[in-house]
Amino acid sequence: MSTVVEVRHAAAGYDGREVLSDVSLSVAAGDVVAVLGANGSGKSTLIRTVLGLVPLRRGEIELFGTPQRRFRHWERIGYVPQRLGAGSGVPATVGEVVASGRLARRGIFRFPGAADKTAVREALAGVGLLDRIGDPVATLSGGQQQRTLIARALAGKPDLLVLDEPNAGVDAASQEAFAAALTRFTAAGGTIMLVLHELGPLRPLIGRGVVVHGGRIAHEGTPPEPAGHHAEPGHDHVHPHADEVQAGICEWAPTEQTKAY
Amino acid sequence: MELLTYPFMQRALIGALIIGLAAPALGIYLVQRRLSLIGDGIGHVALTGVGVGLLTNNSPVLAAVLVATIGAVGVELIRERGRTSGDLALALLFYGGIAGGVVLVGLSDNKGNSNLMQYLFGSLITTSEQDIAVIGGLGAAVLIAMLALRPALFALCNDEEYARVSGLPVRTLNILLAVTTAVTVTIAMRTVGLLLVSALMVVPVAAAQQVTRGFRSTMAVAMLIGVGAAGAGIVVSAEADTAPGATTVLLALAAFLGTTLAGVLRRAVVRRSRPPVAAEPPDVVLHV
Repeated sequence: MSTVVEVRHAAAGYDGREVLSDVSLSVAAGDVVAVLGANGSGKSTLIRTVLGLVPLRRGEIELFGTPQRRFRHWERIGYVPQRLGAGSGVPATVGEVVASGRLARRGIFRFPGAADKTAVREALAGVGLLDRIGDPVATLSGGQQQRTLIARALAGKPDLLVLDEPNAGVDAASQEAFAAALTRFTAAGGTIMLVLHELGPLRPLIGRGVVVHGGRIAHEGTPPEPAGHHAEPGHDHVHPHADEVQAGICEWAPTEQTKAY
Repeated sequence: MELLTYPFMQRALIGALIIGLAAPALGIYLVQRRLSLIGDGIGHVALTGVGVGLLTNNSPVLAAVLVATIGAVGVELIRERGRTSGDLALALLFYGGIAGGVVLVGLSDNKGNSNLMQYLFGSLITTSEQDIAVIGGLGAAVLIAMLALRPALFALCNDEEYARVSGLPVRTLNILLAVTTAVTVTIAMRTVGLLLVSALMVVPVAAAQQVTRGFRSTMAVAMLIGVGAAGAGIVVSAEADTAPGATTVLLALAAFLGTTLAGVLRRAVVRRSRPPVAAEPPDVVLHV
């Protein structure tokens, strides 16, 4: 098994504030790793640091065996941000947004060819949005926009998918469309690293859970089955975010001090 | 129409058409990035360049290109680093630019309000053949860069972080946009003037997006409106004896009103002809 992501004693943060102090993590080809943790624990910071969006302060990160600073094969990585960029009034169609996913593979000086168009259509069909290809993204629901972003990442035919809370505020139909797309991706040998707030319909897909707490990896292992009233059918997993505790995953609750992050 | 048989009018028209085409092609990226007013700011900075050129007896246009480019790259570096005080830093740069320009033009030998007004509000009629060559060359360069790099620039302006993870040369593209903005501002200063430069970049885009659905179609329609307004602006201003730059901008604004109205009407018709469908409730409010 080759290593896709290798993080060794990484520290990272914003401005004066250090969010991650000492994180080590290894993701092998074919793994599906969920990064879990309370709000503000640094789980998004972890994947953003892996992608190079947050500068690494200490430690090392390797992507596909190459140190991150020298890594150039970005077409091997598909990134799905939490939401569509802040954009503006200039309209863009679903097809145009998804076509951006082909840039890493094609390079910026070449015009899109037949292969690019096919890949865009395939990716949209995979998330059930092919009929919306010509619609402005602004007319889509939140869940459909999220699916558009997944299609953008899949259109580049990456080996590793990195998703930042893909389920946050997404309707049930979109969650399912999305779980199906991810299942096909892993069945084809793809590797996934995703930040999750709760496991939800993606639960069967997750091979390993990593809990970020206090700037470190607090727990690593197979994700727990829902227990107690969480396991009841029809349980609606709703709770105030400020008092977030990952029940059953994290055996100690965040203290006031750690919650301050 | 016989006005167009005069060579100076032909030159004016050619210059205006080139800028009418190039300015919205660049402007669409600036609007998408919420930097609609950057062209205006760079225009202020370019005035200092004009002052430097007049004072040192060099070509004011060349000096303006140089100073505006330095200013634009500076703005880009400020934007990239400090996200918090960027707004204030920009304001300081812009006011410094226009104040410096007015003082330097005043210090130069050929001082006088007419000289200053020429750069602030455009002066097509005095466009020389050499000016047209410069406008044509630089305008074509801007146009080619904006069209050829559209997928990359679209990705960058739509989602900068995604562009970064795609391995795009984000900083190089940002600097390219900054330099292109400076060049466009300076070549448009002869046509519409530094104070109205930004309008030709922004107003056609604003007009186009009222009736379009995609980025590519918005760009195409904006360029059509830009070139139409610029061409009509020259002809109308010659016939009615008005200022060409201001006339062009007013025509572009008229196009904006027209497309806004068309968009409202079309949406009303669509709503009436289509039975209401059970819409999926929005889960998150996205500020797109």
